[in-house]
Amino acid sequence: MTTNRRDFLTAAVTAVGAAVTPDLSHAHEHDHEHQAVPSDPTLRVKALESLLVEKGLVDRSALDALIDTYEHKVGPRNGARVVARAWADPAYRQRLLTNADAAIAELGYGGLQGEHMVVVENTPKVHNLVVCTLCSCYPWPVLGLPPVWYKSAPYRSRAVIDPRGVLREFGLELADDVELRVWDSTAELRYLVLPERPVGSEKLNEEELAALVTRDAMIGVGIAARRQGDLG
Amino acid sequence: MNGVHDMGGMHGMGPIQPEKNEPVFHEPWQGRAYAVTRAMGAWRKWNLDASRFQREQIVPVDYFRLSYYERWVVALVELMLKNGVVTPAELESGKPDPGSAKQTPPLTAEKVPILTSKGVPARRDVAVTARFHAGERVRARNINPVGHTRLPRYARGKTGTIHVDHGVFLFPDTNALFLGEKPQHVYSVRFAARELWGEQAAPQDSVYIDMWDDYLEPA
Repeated sequence: MTTNRRDFLTAAVTAVGAAVTPDLSHAHEHDHEHQAVPSDPTLRVKALESLLVEKGLVDRSALDALIDTYEHKVGPRNGARVVARAWADPAYRQRLLTNADAAIAELGYGGLQGEHMVVVENTPKVHNLVVCTLCSCYPWPVLGLPPVWYKSAPYRSRAVIDPRGVLREFGLELADDVELRVWDSTAELRYLVLPERPVGSEKLNEEELAALVTRDAMIGVGIAARRQGDLG
Repeated sequence: MNGVHDMGGMHGMGPIQPEKNEPVFHEPWQGRAYAVTRAMGAWRKWNLDASRFQREQIVPVDYFRLSYYERWVVALVELMLKNGVVTPAELESGKPDPGSAKQTPPLTAEKVPILTSKGVPARRDVAVTARFHAGERVRARNINPVGHTRLPRYARGKTGTIHVDHGVFLFPDTNALFLGEKPQHVYSVRFAARELWGEQAAPQDSVYIDMWDDYLEPA
């Protein structure tokens, strides 16, 4: 049933293709990574958007605003500020671990796909790793939209059965005496890892601390950079 | 449904491929696909669980062949057709059917910050008795529904411990099929890695899975 829809909008695509000059070279280059798709997604999505706008079902400026939000306003810098505050302020850290929604809202963050947050803390003896084996659940308000690898089959399949192997692939060798907790985001709770504060960061202010916090550290596939130069 | 989307524990998917300085969207169409899906969701003709279920129903060969946002577009088109939001003729021609009335979009640019900052909470403020409490031993039921479920296969029949009660949430299994929200408790359940995967797993490791009350039985 679904297969038949893959060539939806073929007629419309032809019409749109005549009217626009999309950057086909770039689109095709990307297609090769994912095998051939029936028709060019650029044209198909453009045709779909045009139809929906013409029917009055979507507002083009709303689409622009949504894209702008996740390209420029909401991303892992938000989460980094939360982590830095928790490192700098023990009372905040406590609030974050016991009532994450309220604590994150203190910094002005929250909302779509982060309505119900849980923060899990790394310690010298506990490491946390977040995955969504069933789809791509991820805490948008603090990390933005998920990277491709997080949504991909290799990560989703292995994070629960071979988490230490996954961490090794990210360059993180976990000692045998460290307990590894994997959090599978199967419900509407969204997880953020509070990484360990790097050794030697005692004199840094909150802003400098935030610069040490990587997105990967807040997923649990990395640790906070030890020096600013390490920040990937 | 026992689909390929439920891939926890599967082998053979290849190496993880992180990308340095990855852009939010690799190509403009991905951003448009993302935004169109969100904007159409604002009509409330379907819900998040129905969207997930629709993506799960993409046949396996396509699920793996299509890229992430292509799956979103395929599922969106299906949902729009099923709900009569667009017609097959409109999808063929790319033009509204003659005589169809132009509508007013519920999501405008001004409302985007409200949507993104308020979200769509799944928690429900209703009194429902919790059947389980922190520290209790539970078993994930061995159920195999053909509809939508958020109980991963790798946990079915396995025994764990209630870590924490998250409170009351709508139930995706019924919500996805428009059979009601059936609010119930969601628990974080700790499963020892060895309970799930056997002796190959490290003895101190565990997987925490969020589970609705209906997924659990006393152990």
